[in-house]
This record gives sequence, C-alpha cells and structure tokens, in this order.
Amino acid sequence: MSAAIALPAVRSRRARLWRRYGLAGVGAGIVLAWVLVAAFAPWLAPWPPDFVDVTNRLRPPSAAHWLGTDALGRDCFSRLIFGARISLLAGISVVAIGAAFGTLVGMVAAYARGLADAALMRLTDLVLCFPPIILALAIAAALGIGTRNTIIAMLVVWWPKFARLARALALVQRSQEYVEAAVVLGLKPARILGRHIVPNAIGPLVVLVTLDVGNAIITFAGLSFLGLGVVPPTAEWGAMVAEGRELVEQWWVATFPGLAILTIVLGFNFLGDGVRDWLDPKARR
Amino acid sequence: MTASDRLEAQPQGVNRPPSIPPTLEVRDLRTVFLTDAGPVRAVDGVSFSVGAGETLGIVGESGSGKSVTALSLMRLLEEPARIVGGSMTFQGRDLLAMRPEELRALRGDRMAMVFQDPMTGLNPVIRILRQLTEPMVAHGRFTPPEAKQRAVGLLGRMGITAPEKTVSRFPHEFSGGMRQRVMLAMGFANDPALLIADEPTTALDVTIQAQILDLLRQLNAEFGTAIVLISHDLGVIGAVCRRVAVMYAGEVVEEAATAEVLADPRHPYAWALVNAVPRIDQPLGEDRRLVSIEGAPPDALALPAGCRFAPRCPFKIARCETEHPPLAEVAPGRLARCWVTQAGQVLPRAGGAGFGGTRAASTATEPLLAVRGLVKHFPLPRESLFGARRVVHAVNGIDLDVARGETLGIVGESGCGKSTLARLITRIHAPTAGSITFAGQEIATASPAAIRPLRRRMQMVFQDPYASLNPRMTIGDILAEPLVAHGVVGRGAAARERVRDLLSTVGLNPAWEARYPHEFSGGQRQRISIARALALEPEFIVADEPISALDVNIQAQILNLMLDLQQRMGLTYLFIAHDLAVVRHLCDRVAVLYLGQVMESAPAGALFARPLHPYTGVLISAVPVPGRTRVVLQGEPPSTLVLPTGCVFRARCPIARPVCATAPPLAEHAPGRWAACHFPGEFAHGEMGA
Repeated sequence: MSAAIALPAVRSRRARLWRRYGLAGVGAGIVLAWVLVAAFAPWLAPWPPDFVDVTNRLRPPSAAHWLGTDALGRDCFSRLIFGARISLLAGISVVAIGAAFGTLVGMVAAYARGLADAALMRLTDLVLCFPPIILALAIAAALGIGTRNTIIAMLVVWWPKFARLARALALVQRSQEYVEAAVVLGLKPARILGRHIVPNAIGPLVVLVTLDVGNAIITFAGLSFLGLGVVPPTAEWGAMVAEGRELVEQWWVATFPGLAILTIVLGFNFLGDGVRDWLDPKARR
Repeated sequence: MTASDRLEAQPQGVNRPPSIPPTLEVRDLRTVFLTDAGPVRAVDGVSFSVGAGETLGIVGESGSGKSVTALSLMRLLEEPARIVGGSMTFQGRDLLAMRPEELRALRGDRMAMVFQDPMTGLNPVIRILRQLTEPMVAHGRFTPPEAKQRAVGLLGRMGITAPEKTVSRFPHEFSGGMRQRVMLAMGFANDPALLIADEPTTALDVTIQAQILDLLRQLNAEFGTAIVLISHDLGVIGAVCRRVAVMYAGEVVEEAATAEVLADPRHPYAWALVNAVPRIDQPLGEDRRLVSIEGAPPDALALPAGCRFAPRCPFKIARCETEHPPLAEVAPGRLARCWVTQAGQVLPRAGGAGFGGTRAASTATEPLLAVRGLVKHFPLPRESLFGARRVVHAVNGIDLDVARGETLGIVGESGCGKSTLARLITRIHAPTAGSITFAGQEIATASPAAIRPLRRRMQMVFQDPYASLNPRMTIGDILAEPLVAHGVVGRGAAARERVRDLLSTVGLNPAWEARYPHEFSGGQRQRISIARALALEPEFIVADEPISALDVNIQAQILNLMLDLQQRMGLTYLFIAHDLAVVRHLCDRVAVLYLGQVMESAPAGALFARPLHPYTGVLISAVPVPGRTRVVLQGEPPSTLVLPTGCVFRARCPIARPVCATAPPLAEHAPGRWAACHFPGEFAHGEMGA
C-alpha cells in the first residue's frame, strides 16, 4: 500500500549535524582559538609587544611585521596577540564575578520574599537607573586608569541584570509542582533551593553568561578606546583602535584590532546561541 | 422538539441519496512528518465524508492523528509535515489543487475552524469586535457596519450577555468559556458550510462545556452547518455528533453512528475507549476496576505489518499479527477495521465480577483528617500606593472529615478552591484561619519544621505529570530523595533496593531507575509521581486531579493502580477531580465545592442518585451523556474577589428564593448527607439516569 507513495529522502547526516551544531561549532572554534592565542602569546608573538623601534614607524604589513607597525614602530601582530589576554581576562572575569554575585542576590531575594526581596530589588533598580556605560565611565575615572579598576567599575554596573533574571527564574521554579512536591516530601529549604530550584533555573543564566562575554569585551574595549581601560604601553585592542583612528593612510593600525574584537564577539555570540538551543528542549528538533 | 429529536432528524452519511454531493469528501488522505529519523505517517489512509448539515466526530488518543487530520483539511500544515496522498474535495472543489490565495479565501469563509485553546486563539491586543468583523469584511461578505451588527448579534446568539458593550473589550477581560464563545462566533461569522472544531471544550469546566456543546448542536440545527468535532472524549462527541470515526495510529479503525459505537463497539480499540471511562448514566456496580489496555500506541516509524492494534488487543487472533485488516462493513452502516468482528464475533460487555476492588464498607471510626472552618485568602499586590488591597477568597470556611481507609472525592468548577484545599491540607500553603487535624495533631498553625515528621504519613500526587517531576534528576534519585531526607534508608544499596521495589509496585520496570523523566510518557510519569508519594509509606494521599491530564485509557490504568494500592496498603485518599463520572465510580463519599465552600457532602451513590443541593444537580446534569436533555447552568462562577452575600450559589441557582439572601448552614438532612441549602432536594432533575 505504501509502495505507491514516494517519500522524500531523509536529510543527510552531515546536514543534520550542521543544523544542530553549525554556528555554535564555529563560535566555539573561534573562542577556543583566541583562548589558545592568549595562553601561548609569549611563544606565538614574533616581537615583544612593547618593543619600540621608531625607525620602523607605521610600516605596512610585511614579512617581518605581518600586520605592520604602529606609530611607535611596535609590531601590530604581537600587540594583537597580547591584547587577546587583556580582552579575554576582562570579559570573562567581569561576567563570571558579576553573574555569580547577581545570581546570589536574585535567588536569595526570590526565596526570602518580603522585605529582603524588596530591599535587594530596589538596590538593583537603583543601579539600572543609570546608563551603564556612563556609570562605568564615571566610576573608572574616579578610581583611576588601570585594568583592575576598569574591571571593578564594570562589575558595579554588570551584576544587576543577572540579579533580575535569577530572581525571575527562581520565582518561576518556586511555583512549579515539583518544588511543591519537594515541600510535601518534607525536604529542607536549603536542599529545595540547591537541588530543585537552582539546577532548573540555571539554564537561561548560562546562556546570558555566554552571550554576555562578548558584550563585556566590547564594553571594556570601548572604555579603553576612550582612554580609561589600560595604562598606555599595555597592548589592548580598544586602545589600539584609538591609536589608529587618526591614521587614515595606515589603515592596518586600527583595522586588525577592530577585526579581532569583531571575531571574538561573534564567536561568543554564536556559542551563546548554540548553548541556548542546546539548553532549551523546545528548540531541539 | 428536544435536542435528541433534532439529532434524529439529521440526514445520514450512509443513507444519503447518491445525487447530492457531500460537503466534504476525504479519500485515502495520507499526511507524513518528515523527521530526521524517517517519515512519520501521522495520517495514513483516512477516508470519510460529511454531508450538508451533518455532524461527524473524530475520536482517538493523543498521537492518533486526529488533529493532524483537521489541520490537513484546512491545509494548515507546514514543513516538515506534508500531504503525500489521497484527495480532499470540499463542495466539489479539490482542496489539494488549490493555490494559497484560493485557500485563504476559503478559510474562515466557507470552512472555519475552532481551536482547542481559547486562551491563545485570540489576539490579545485587538478588541473583540475587530477580531470578529475582520474576517467578515476581509471575505467581502459584509460591509463594516453590517459586520458590526452581525458580530453583536452572533455574540448574543453565543450566549454572551450585553454583547453591544462586551464587543469593545479586549480578550483578557473574558473568561475561558467566554473566549471559546467568541472563537465559535468567529467560526460562524461568515456562515460557513463546514466548521471544524478541534477539542473545543477540553480546556473548559463541565458546566461551560455543556453550554458550548449545546450551542454547537443548536447552531448545527439552525444554520445547517456541517460540523467535524474532534475530541478524545466519546461522551463529548456523543452529545453533538451523529456519526463518529475512531482513529488509532493514523487510521480510522471504526466508523458508525455514535450511539451504536457507545452501545456496541465493533473494534477492540473502540471497545477499550468506551469501557475505559465510567458512565454516569449506568448503574454503579460493586466492581470499581475499569477496562484498560496495556501498552502504548505503535512506534509511528515502525508500524506493525498486521493490524496496528494487535500488540495491545485482548481479542487478537493469529491473522491479526500478519495481515493488515481493511476498513470493511461489519453491519449495515457500520465500518470496522478488525478481522475478529468482521468474522462476526461480538466483543464482550465490560465489567462484571472477577476483577476485585470492591467498595470498602464504611465503618464509623475516628476520622484520620478533620478540617474545621478552613479559610484561605490570597491578598493581591496593591494596584496603587494608596489603593485598598484586593483579596482572592479561595477557601471560605470548609468543614470536612476523612475516615481511615475511605476515599473522599472533591468536585467543583475551576476556581472553587479545590486545589487550594489540597495545598492547605498538605501545608504547602498556610491557612488564613481554621483548623486541620491530621491523626490527632493540629497542623494548621504548626511550623514547617514541626510538620516535617508528619509528612511521612501524608503525601500528595499532583495534576500535571510533566511539571511534578524535577527534569534534572533521574527517577532513582527522585524516589530515593525522600527516603534519605527522612533517614528511612541510607544512601547506596539500601536506597536502590527500595527504589526498585517502588517502581515495581507501580508497574514500572525497576531497571528504569537511571532514566530521566522526559523519557517517560504522561501515564508512566504519573506512576512515578505515585511511587514518590508511596516512598515514605504514608497512610493518607491527597490526589489533586491526578488523571485529568491523561488519555482515557491511561486514566483507567492509573485509577486501577490507585484502587490496587488502596487495597494492598489500606490507604486513605482525598481525590480531587472535575470528572464527576470518575468521582462517582472511585469515591466512597463526595464533597461538592462552590466558591470555596462545601455545598453538599454525602456518600457517592446517594449523592449522584438524588442530589440535595441544586448545584450538585446541575453539575451532574452537565456531564455529556448522549441523548439526554440537560439542565444547563447559565453564567459562570462569580468572582472570588468579592464574595456574594447570603447563599453563594444564589445568583445562578434555578430555585433561588428571597430567603436565600441569608446563608444556609451546612446541615445534616439525612444520615451522612450534608447540604448547605434552604430547600434541600427540591431541585428535580427528572432526566437523571435516563
């Protein structure tokens, strides 16, 4: 009976794998590549990043200097490689610490309810009232220039969104039937929070963390571009773009750090999208 | 002219003169889903026809292909679904050959569809009026002013009070039942020749369901609209449709007049569907077990070569395993896809002795649970800084006793406080006032820590098997967690052994302990949920609508399991349900709730035979039973934000009198029969059991 019906062929294995992991795989590859570059920077870089050679100023890309040299004759390629360290460090530490603190605040607020909830959430609102970049700028300027101070300034504006999300997620879980079941089974609050609420609420937080690293890298590069991020000789992508922004003829000075920012942010975004699809069973096919 | 007379007068598909073409003719429809694992034959060779003004029901469990059939008819399927064979003719036009713009012109005009979920079927940001007039104007049948007039008229026709005012509201201001009326009005907006209704009442209460089904029947009789009604509930189909097609694994396995299928099914699957549900219009036997067929529908990727129902069929013969039966006539006007009945064999009547599970004789003992004056109010967040706080009056003074070893049923419409009651008794919520005495201990005001040891003796089974198990824990961990937390067993081997025992107690394979909840079906999950409740060996289990999310056959399995466990372990149940037939079948005593108060409580048999409270009467009358005229309760339960004065049921009561302005107390009118009514037993409902 079914012989008469021609059924379309099942999609090939490769097509299926691409559909399931495609961009996430590309993103993971880019991120991994940059992490390796940052880790092995001293071995990969052909020149020391701060080696000044004014006789070789603003040379275009060549065999000796793959990405050319900047206004002080430093090798752009080596500076790019060392810049990955700062960008990754800033991006990951801001998001990791901010997410951990924000999640703690949000979960405690959701579980405690009442006065503690109100107090913590108003504090969150207070921080969210200010435009984040402006507030971070102000704090960074007050604390003084430097990688650590800039990270601290970013942390101050970074945690509230995690607190908001964590609280909302925990509130949703609280009213789930399996949490009610855990109450009826006589489990203690710490166990209910740790074993039933947190594991089920963590998914969207993980997605936000992954997507947010790219965001944090851009913000840090932006602050550096404005002259607040790193102390001058340090190789940092945002600062490198700033150094090259007036040099129209010497396009390589600003272009390559810009491309580096672009690729690493894209990589984290692809990875974040992949993590979201992977954690959300509804998006799975 | 009664409803059943009108039904008799309908023309019939089989007897239709050959000269008149049917409104809808489906021949050998085949729809597949192209999945990564291979093509899934969701609809596999379905044929039926619906003439002008006829009503056809399509019934089957989830995954049987009934909804995909409906979507195929409307050509609403999208990739990866594809119609790969057959023909569909609507008013002489080939639906499969139509271009997208021709289909658009047809949908919502000559052919309309009403979906299951009234909550998502309306656009929340558009006023009701525009949603109703839009299709009328778009199809060019009415000018805007005409459409507006017609929309108001239709809404009034659908039983919405003051339609000229309500049309300018937004969907969120409407209740579920009212939204389903709006959806029906949209369906009828252009006076279609065919209305397809996919589970239109599944999300609604019995009283609202009765109103909607009545409406469907009247609209069919009045406008001559042909109706295809899809449902998992044969009772619903029987209330509206003359003919029914029973679907299983993508095929029609039986097609006949609904009444004949209900009385004498000719396919074993139809037989199981008919007998899996207790009937409210049949005498209550001593035997409380229901017919349930084991197993699950076949894997759609690897369908059996023979009859698709053979692996689960209790009547199969050798031929069923090897040869696929055709849909053939087994009696005049009756088609069945079964070798056994085609050979002339008759399927036995279900029920009878031999299954065990008889009713416990009620013995007057100290109650295990006593609830007195229980009140729960939920304050809503303030709408403005200085505004008064509004309060949801969920439970308003409930008195209950549950004796050891009995099953007390709690019934009522949604919003009557039955789920809140369950959560108060299990102390998920703390009551606002009143007392709860469990096994001699007062638990209404006790602290969570003080209640914790008592939790071993009182457990709960939840409604939604998909939400009540932590998706990130294995079944083994879920079942071991309470054992370890209460120090019943240590971690490791002892816990594993107990978990395996529990799994086999509820009829699951003990080897499945390492699996996660998503690997199980709804019925299996509900078994796991029951196993978790049993882990601590409680005496008392609160079951909050444990079967309402399940297919009828699975419902029967779970009910049978609960009966077995009660007998083996001497359990006491508080069984909350909205399905009155099930409650009548399972419970020893029943309490009827309305607006958070007990209206009536009595032994199950007496309550259903002769209800004392008018609300009980209309509730029972609302259960769809084919061919019975019903007392349809008008309106919907009043808001719980402001409680009415006097008798809470007064506004909807068919026999309310001035004296009802004073609240009647819950008084004992006969031994064991309590009712809160000034005129107990005065509301006659002569059609009961007819």
